[in-house]
Amino acid sequence: MIPEIGQFALVLALCLALVQATLPLVGAWRGRPEWMALARPTAAGQFVFVAIAFGILEYAFLTDDFSVEFVAQHSNSALPAFYKFTAAWGGHEGSMLFWITVLAIWTMAVAAFSRSQPEEFVSRVLGVLGIVSAGILAFALLTSNPFLRLLPAVADGNDLNPLLQDPGMIIHPPMLYLGYVGMSVPFAFAVAALLTGRLDKNWAKWTRPWTVAAWVLLTCGITLGSWWSYYELGWGGWWFWDPVENSSFMPWLMATALLHSLAVTERRGIFKSWTVLLAIGAFSLSLLGTFLTRSGVLISVHAFASDPTRGLFILGILGLFCGGALLLYAFRARHLEAEGGFKLMSRESFLMANNILFVIATASVLLGTLGPLIITALGLGTISVGVPWFNIMFLLSMLPLVVLLGVGMHTAWKQMLAGPLLRRLRWPAAIAVVVGVAAPLLAYGATSALTIVAVAAGVWVCASALLDPVRKLVLRTGAPLTRGHLGMCLAHFGVGVFILGATMASAFKLETDVSAKPGDTVKAGGYEFLFRGVHRVQGPNFVADEGEFELRRDGKLVTVLTPQKRVYRVQQNPMTEAAIDTRPTRDVFLALGEPLGNDAWSLRIQVKPMMNFLWFGSAFMALGGILAITDRRYRQLRQKQTAHAEVVGTA
Amino acid sequence: MWRYLRYAVPVAIFVAIGLFFYRGLNLDPNYVPSALVGKPMPKFSLPTLTDPDATVTSDALQGKVALVNVWGTWCVECRHEHGFLVQLAQAGVPIYGLNLRDDRASAMSWLATLGNPYVTSGFDPQGVAAVDWGVTGAPETFLIGRDGNVIFKHISPMTPQVWRRDFLPLIEEQCRAGGCEFLAAAGGR
Repeated sequence: MIPEIGQFALVLALCLALVQATLPLVGAWRGRPEWMALARPTAAGQFVFVAIAFGILEYAFLTDDFSVEFVAQHSNSALPAFYKFTAAWGGHEGSMLFWITVLAIWTMAVAAFSRSQPEEFVSRVLGVLGIVSAGILAFALLTSNPFLRLLPAVADGNDLNPLLQDPGMIIHPPMLYLGYVGMSVPFAFAVAALLTGRLDKNWAKWTRPWTVAAWVLLTCGITLGSWWSYYELGWGGWWFWDPVENSSFMPWLMATALLHSLAVTERRGIFKSWTVLLAIGAFSLSLLGTFLTRSGVLISVHAFASDPTRGLFILGILGLFCGGALLLYAFRARHLEAEGGFKLMSRESFLMANNILFVIATASVLLGTLGPLIITALGLGTISVGVPWFNIMFLLSMLPLVVLLGVGMHTAWKQMLAGPLLRRLRWPAAIAVVVGVAAPLLAYGATSALTIVAVAAGVWVCASALLDPVRKLVLRTGAPLTRGHLGMCLAHFGVGVFILGATMASAFKLETDVSAKPGDTVKAGGYEFLFRGVHRVQGPNFVADEGEFELRRDGKLVTVLTPQKRVYRVQQNPMTEAAIDTRPTRDVFLALGEPLGNDAWSLRIQVKPMMNFLWFGSAFMALGGILAITDRRYRQLRQKQTAHAEVVGTA
Repeated sequence: MWRYLRYAVPVAIFVAIGLFFYRGLNLDPNYVPSALVGKPMPKFSLPTLTDPDATVTSDALQGKVALVNVWGTWCVECRHEHGFLVQLAQAGVPIYGLNLRDDRASAMSWLATLGNPYVTSGFDPQGVAAVDWGVTGAPETFLIGRDGNVIFKHISPMTPQVWRRDFLPLIEEQCRAGGCEFLAAAGGR
């Protein structure tokens, strides 16, 4: 009975979404306040029913209700409780419900924090969010209902995919989805602005914190996913240009461009077309991500579902939302007038370059992901695009970007003379050249030109980002630092740190595959690995062979590494749990391969310098974003709104 | 004219991409298997992975029930299925490898460390044979019947479930006349 209540709640949520998607929009168009006033209550009601549905699905998982097909497919009575909880989004149907839940949360947040923006505008934004919600709810109910029964019920479930049985999986999808779905908010703002034809600096000021919030969550989600694949997939890579990774990365690239474009629109009232198109683009790519991972158009690690009808439905949704928005743009764009101009040597120019380069990067990732599909569709045979292609294409757009980034940060709005700019930047430039050439050569000996360029670029961005904070906090000169500015510096510093980590970890990594027997000592990368032996370990729903290795450097014990080779009981898949010893300057990665007979095992050993920098760099980017959201001008905006609302309320 | 038309460029690009998706949706995953399944396997002749001077041809597969597995060291999912392929090989299932877009040294070291489930592997760095076989990516596994026809094609990793659900029934049918010694060890009747 209880799962049926969940389904019923979803149907009610769809009804409310349909109301939210129509009446407030019509009300705003015809100027009917009583219709516009429906926007917030319907959003709230929808949130309640979606939350009930999600809660009931969780209940079905936690109580092992194997009469529900989705639960039977993705859970098992022996599964530890917190994996039962996370299994709710471990498959297609559940993750769609999760998508809807996240959208309801964002919609509620918009409804709550927009109290005193013009009613007409808010009802349009909520109306657009209602359309999105109705579309996805209809998709879930018609093609992927998580509450379908399995009659007769099975005695025990099929268990969760062992790949997903990992602490990283508890937090990675929610973060990613919060970010993914969060892109619907700037999308709704952009469509609302197109509907009214008014897109001004104030609009940009309202849109910006939402965009930054979604971007921060997306950044965290992607980083966690990368970190997860680093230690869980068992071969030490952290980015594979896998279609699903790409489909979360493309919205991120677009959103990053959007953030910067919004800064220009807020400050100068220009780049309006850019901003609107990037907002639509970021959301379209989020939906495309859903399309790619759910339809079976591309096969990949994470694509659990492969069903053409679902794909067709999502394609229809994509056409409706994004095609509709772009069509609206085609008719309304000429109303988006620029409120000023700028000279070539100005921050605007650099941010324009930023937008263009990010779009090129997105396009190359998109082409690499869909290229094989397009070639097949044209009947030209089949091709596969490999990692080298992505690396080259990505570097081609990102390298100029980071070089320009260091300059752009210190360029004034409207116009700046080259002289003062060069004077400001001479120290970061000098540091970048010296460290970029010296560090790889001195610390690691041989190196390539690309490594030197990349290290120099990383140092250049770091130094340039630190220039303002250092001047202010250490030398006590220059303008006061707002949180927005500090956040920008921190995020850009993170970019530099990330580049350093990525470059060093891939240029100077050491990888060997060796075979060893208990008692053997393997030497690699200046470390000794003493193989003490392998023993059986019983997990809650798996058995594992656990190796024990003493990691020694110059004879001194560093730590004991215990990599595992697991076999999960129900699905019988072997899984590798790597053991990683992390230090600030390097990661030592050890994974157990296959038993080779006579007690010997194959081992995969990797030593990666500065691997940590990758994660810290991403964390700095996210922290920078958070710092920027808490800037005073957004708080003032809210206070002013609240004060305004009180005046209106008492009047 | 251009003043107004240029605003329609984004929607035009979107429609073009959308049409490709629509087409792609109808092509994959149904199109490729239907083109090959039930037909004789495409002929190939490739140098073997371990010895550039030796060749493996489609004739090697004639007259027996065998698997053809497309793999590469660059392929994330191949590593996942590899353990299970080794198990199948230990049970006696003849598996022929098609090593796709790879370099010889890393492919050999992969087999040395992870185990070699293949009777032999054809080395196809340019993907010549792979195109004839309609390979869209790796891993893919083909089931070849006694008469040399392609009986089944599976895209994405081979797992115990896929083996039990899709492959075993078809193999049992092929082996009714006997001659598949591996069948019992590989979980069949």
